[in-house]
Amino acid sequence: MQLSRERMLQAYRQMKVIREFEERLHAEIQTGEIAGFTHLYSGQEAVAVGVCEHLTDDDYIISTHRGHGHCIAKGCDVKGMMQEIYGRAGGLCKGKGGSMHIADVEKGMLGANGIVGAGAPIAVGAGISAKLDGKGGVSIAFSGDGACNQGTTFEAMNMAVVLKLPVIFLFENNHYSEHTGVDYAVGTAGDIASRAEAFGMKAWRGNGCDFFDTFDVMRDVIDHCRAGNGPAAVELDTERFFGHFEGDPQRYRGPGELDRLRAERDCLTSFRTKVTEAKLLDPADLDALDSDVLALIDAAVAEARAAPRPAPEDVLTDVYVNY
Amino acid sequence: MAMMQLREAINLTLHQEMERDPNVICLGEDLVGGMGTAGGPEAIGGIWKTTAGLYAKFGADRVIDTPISESAIIGAAAGAALAGKRPVAELMFADFIGVCLDQIWNQMAKFRYMFGGKTTCPAVIRVAYGAGRNAGPQHSQAAYAMMTAIPGLKVVIPSTPAEAKGLLASAIRDDDPVLFFEPKALYATKGEVPEEEYLIPFGHARSVREGEHATIVTCGQLVGTAEKAADALAKEGIGCDVLDLRTTSPLDEEAILDSVELTGRLIVVDENPPRCGLAADIAGLVSSKAFAALRAPIQMVTPPHTPVPFAPELEQAYLPSVARIDAAVRAALSYR
Repeated sequence: MQLSRERMLQAYRQMKVIREFEERLHAEIQTGEIAGFTHLYSGQEAVAVGVCEHLTDDDYIISTHRGHGHCIAKGCDVKGMMQEIYGRAGGLCKGKGGSMHIADVEKGMLGANGIVGAGAPIAVGAGISAKLDGKGGVSIAFSGDGACNQGTTFEAMNMAVVLKLPVIFLFENNHYSEHTGVDYAVGTAGDIASRAEAFGMKAWRGNGCDFFDTFDVMRDVIDHCRAGNGPAAVELDTERFFGHFEGDPQRYRGPGELDRLRAERDCLTSFRTKVTEAKLLDPADLDALDSDVLALIDAAVAEARAAPRPAPEDVLTDVYVNY
Repeated sequence: MAMMQLREAINLTLHQEMERDPNVICLGEDLVGGMGTAGGPEAIGGIWKTTAGLYAKFGADRVIDTPISESAIIGAAAGAALAGKRPVAELMFADFIGVCLDQIWNQMAKFRYMFGGKTTCPAVIRVAYGAGRNAGPQHSQAAYAMMTAIPGLKVVIPSTPAEAKGLLASAIRDDDPVLFFEPKALYATKGEVPEEEYLIPFGHARSVREGEHATIVTCGQLVGTAEKAADALAKEGIGCDVLDLRTTSPLDEEAILDSVELTGRLIVVDENPPRCGLAADIAGLVSSKAFAALRAPIQMVTPPHTPVPFAPELEQAYLPSVARIDAAVRAALSYR
């Protein structure tokens, strides 16, 4: 199915926002102005956008420690996110969560999550809720090739099959769980989707560095779940352009690996090449979006840097609704 | 009013709350029991019989019998609560908190805070706790002190059938995550219970006995033990002010401090091991906020720093007893 011009521009813009958000954070973190641990999503944009472009606010996602891309793709406010990462009072979580805990439940974004593998059971719960609500909503657990080894993921997959829930277990295989290679840590010869199949659900595979491939695969997956066929799984092969965390010396990378990934596996480059060669979009359209996005990120950083910091007494609020 | 067992009071509350609010759902292992067997659904009706009849009345979408997967059960409760439902999850034994601690400690307890106060997580986790049934080291622990130490959770420990009903209804209607500790040794004990709906608010201790010589602070199944000790002492003219905390988070600090101001002597009776436990916590509270009122060292009546043993003689030696409470009160009185 051919996407409309508007939807293609929207998808490109979302991927570009994620890329520039992360590349800019990579630079700003060097200044020492941003506290704590940050895990960047550059390289994996086609996954977040290829998935979330199918979703509405009635659909739920739960993310990982590498969550900025999923947040942006699900509609979280980019400026609010930047303020959160800068630890400002006006941040999306008032500076109480930081990079690893950005959430917007109203938009169906149930949070980035600092515990590897914690998301899949939570997605099962959101799937229970979606099934009860009967509006065709689905619940998606983003997991990496690291989380696929956690027992929580296995429990969640089995329970979703047993209860026939509209839950999608989405594995982003970027080939590294922190600093360890997937061929070492995933005993099924690096193959994650086959595990989901073993639990009794249908699994798909796709190229997570290609927006169109991801988008097409996800249409089938989401249709399958919305139709009440129970859970499904997807393994998307993708690449992480930065380290596990900012400051990671990445001594595990091979010679020239990062340059090669950026040259050969960049989802923004492949998107641009495909749509311009097929004359679906004009390069000038994409250039204009690039400028808009850069201006947005510039403004987000400038506003975050200038924004007020939380007051010390704010540590006490938001623990309970009432106590 | 009707005479009913503690388990029946819980069962009645679950029926009433599910009837009242379609967003209330229940989930857990063998909650229905018999799924996938020749006996069929409700062959068991819950291992403790607390969930009997729910499946027949409310159906499989709201009464969810799960595989043995504690992390997925509690994670599912967390996710369903974020997504607008009021899940009541059951862990068959409090000890199984160890299997799913991440979902309690790092997930549901922290959602509201780390998401900047923009969400609620109205989940209840019901657990059967406590020694007294010779269930051994992995099926007998109290565990509520550990949960009390976690910011973001509320912790409820009922002591009678009527208390269980009012506190469970409050837990289900509460917008924060609640750990509800059911004293499994008391499941079959009977008491008068109002059949109509009523709520017991959190953070308000119950005065069980009034007395002017010593304050006994306790909760859960040890309330009955403390009552027996206080009644015996009363025959000798020693008056004990016995407080049933009902909830350890929030804690009714005012009731404890007011009583100690009156009596000058504090005995804390707790089923958790002594280190970093509830007794030490309350002793710390009183020594920092009512030091001048104290006329004797605070007495802590707890199990020893050991696992819960199996053999009946050993388990009885482990649990705080009437004799130990009696001795603690006398020690406080004889100090000066």
